[in-house]
Amino acid sequence: MAEMRTPLTFRILAVMPRAGWFAMGLFALLTLVLMPVLHLTLPPEHPLHVSTYVITLMGKILCYAIVAVAMDLVWGYTGILSLGHGVFFALGGYAFGMYLMRQIGRDGVYQSDLPDFMVFLDWKELPWYWTGTDSFLWALFLVLTIPAGVAYLFGYFAFRSRIRGVYFSIITQAMTLAFMLLFFRNETGFGGNNGFTDFKRILGYDITAPQTRVTLFALSVLMLMLTLLLARYLVTSKYGRVLQAIRDAESRVMFLGYNPFHYKLSIWTLSALLCAIAGALYVPQVGIINPSEMSPANSIEMAIWVAVGGRGTLIGPVIGAFLVNLSKSYFTVAFPDYWLFFLGALFVIVTLWLPDGLVGLSKRLRRGEG
Amino acid sequence: MNPPPNGEFWADGASALGHTRQAGVDLTHGVIVYLEDVVVSFDGFKALNGLSMNIDVGELRCVIGPNGAGKTTMMDVITGKTRPDSGSCFFGQTLDLTRMSEAQIAQAGIGRKFQKPTVFEQLTVFENLELALNTDKRVRKSLFARLDGAARRKIAETLDLIRLAPMADRTAGQLSHGQKQWLEIGMLLVQEPKLLLLDEPVAGMTDEETERTAELFKSLAGKHSLVVVEHDMAFVRELGGKVTVLHEGSVLVEGDMASVQNDRRVIEVYLGR
Repeated sequence: MAEMRTPLTFRILAVMPRAGWFAMGLFALLTLVLMPVLHLTLPPEHPLHVSTYVITLMGKILCYAIVAVAMDLVWGYTGILSLGHGVFFALGGYAFGMYLMRQIGRDGVYQSDLPDFMVFLDWKELPWYWTGTDSFLWALFLVLTIPAGVAYLFGYFAFRSRIRGVYFSIITQAMTLAFMLLFFRNETGFGGNNGFTDFKRILGYDITAPQTRVTLFALSVLMLMLTLLLARYLVTSKYGRVLQAIRDAESRVMFLGYNPFHYKLSIWTLSALLCAIAGALYVPQVGIINPSEMSPANSIEMAIWVAVGGRGTLIGPVIGAFLVNLSKSYFTVAFPDYWLFFLGALFVIVTLWLPDGLVGLSKRLRRGEG
Repeated sequence: MNPPPNGEFWADGASALGHTRQAGVDLTHGVIVYLEDVVVSFDGFKALNGLSMNIDVGELRCVIGPNGAGKTTMMDVITGKTRPDSGSCFFGQTLDLTRMSEAQIAQAGIGRKFQKPTVFEQLTVFENLELALNTDKRVRKSLFARLDGAARRKIAETLDLIRLAPMADRTAGQLSHGQKQWLEIGMLLVQEPKLLLLDEPVAGMTDEETERTAELFKSLAGKHSLVVVEHDMAFVRELGGKVTVLHEGSVLVEGDMASVQNDRRVIEVYLGR
């Protein structure tokens, strides 16, 4: 058992081959040093200036990339297609959004201690579940517990009843729809269809200040890198191999003496937790969260990111998230009417000709040449 | 490359019969499985209709019977995949299999090979065996599991035995049908079960592979108990154990191969009445 005593640093280093660390270092240099410096120090008219638009867009996509990796852990590696991951993302966003709403203080339209939408509804005091949301740490606690708790409960009953395959996917769609309808209601206490917006501050800092933006952007980068490292550790461990075994032949896994229930439930809950953190990073950067984040189509789009990039690889979902969302921000400006057609076509193409996504395609090309 | 004589390799050290994790099975009466009046029905069709049979410790038992006789359903009941409507099913003296989950039954020491070879196609041959190893199968342990020398040795020995050592790093999906059968048998062996249930283990194997399989099974008997469901009569004869003939969900005849083959009822069942 000498291997057990390998120093922690070595074990972390051993998680990836050298090329992986090199790529990650390069990515960190680009996003944590170069982009912030070019954004903060150069004047806007300078050709190398990185605009606020770019920082915000990239920050948003970084959050999506975290979701894509989280999604891939359950879909690509464990074979559970969730079409409801938007819920966990949005719940994380809402949990942190409550804190941002409280940070507005009396600077809202009605200059009240209550968030504007509550004044508008003529509520006199905060609902009980808003208690403590003026505390950053409590909001953080909610982000880390509520979405994961919902996922745990949902997964507990679904996996215990051995709901699999397309039935599971359909139920997750129903779940996200149900949550969306719930959050659309004013009585739910989360701002109805307008959701939360008009944020002013975060930890007392101006939320629109370039420094704040860059900090949130950098945190998103760090979170994505952390997610990738964690995912890499998991999928290369025996735990990860059991997950893949469940994907390939669940009954064989059971007859080997593993209980797939615990494996599925743990990766499912972890995946939801990662989505929630991504949601909490997303909301202060885009400045709004509303129930449309929970629409069934949103969750399907998340699956498309993973499919386009390549299921069952870790870099694939990141590439997919960037590619699909960059083209989305281009298309919705250039040809706003055609975005959904483009997305649909993309999905058909990937399903028919690229079952392993772009990463699978590049592997095939390399093998063909070599 | 030949199977070790008398399957001694499987009995080395504390493995096989004396294994601590299987200490829960009480085999004091010399019987490993008791099936008593088991009934299983699917939509009114009785797949098992009052099936009663006992498997002795260390026995090599063959189960034959026409299609729909209930052979696979019997295995499903023993491994917890199907719950009987009535009747009892015990592992040793004390373990009630009708109340245990598939995973618990596997941990208690019952290994199963499916009719269609079922391996993890995307994982390598080595990894397939690694997952099957008789270790702690809980999430917490899997997260930090490392293969120690003994485990590696065990996998290497099994790879030799099932003749897949040169393929260790290939994905299991690349194997031929017969090789997948062998890999699955290998997975069963590293699991160190007390009882092996083998559903048509030589289907799709070449004659040479079939012969080697028979040799291997015979070497395992004694250390393990084996129940083999098979259509290949030559293979069943080669194994030479007691034969149970199932028909319409219950036992028709039990005895050695020669007496079973000459039994009028068996001939009727197989040739039509």
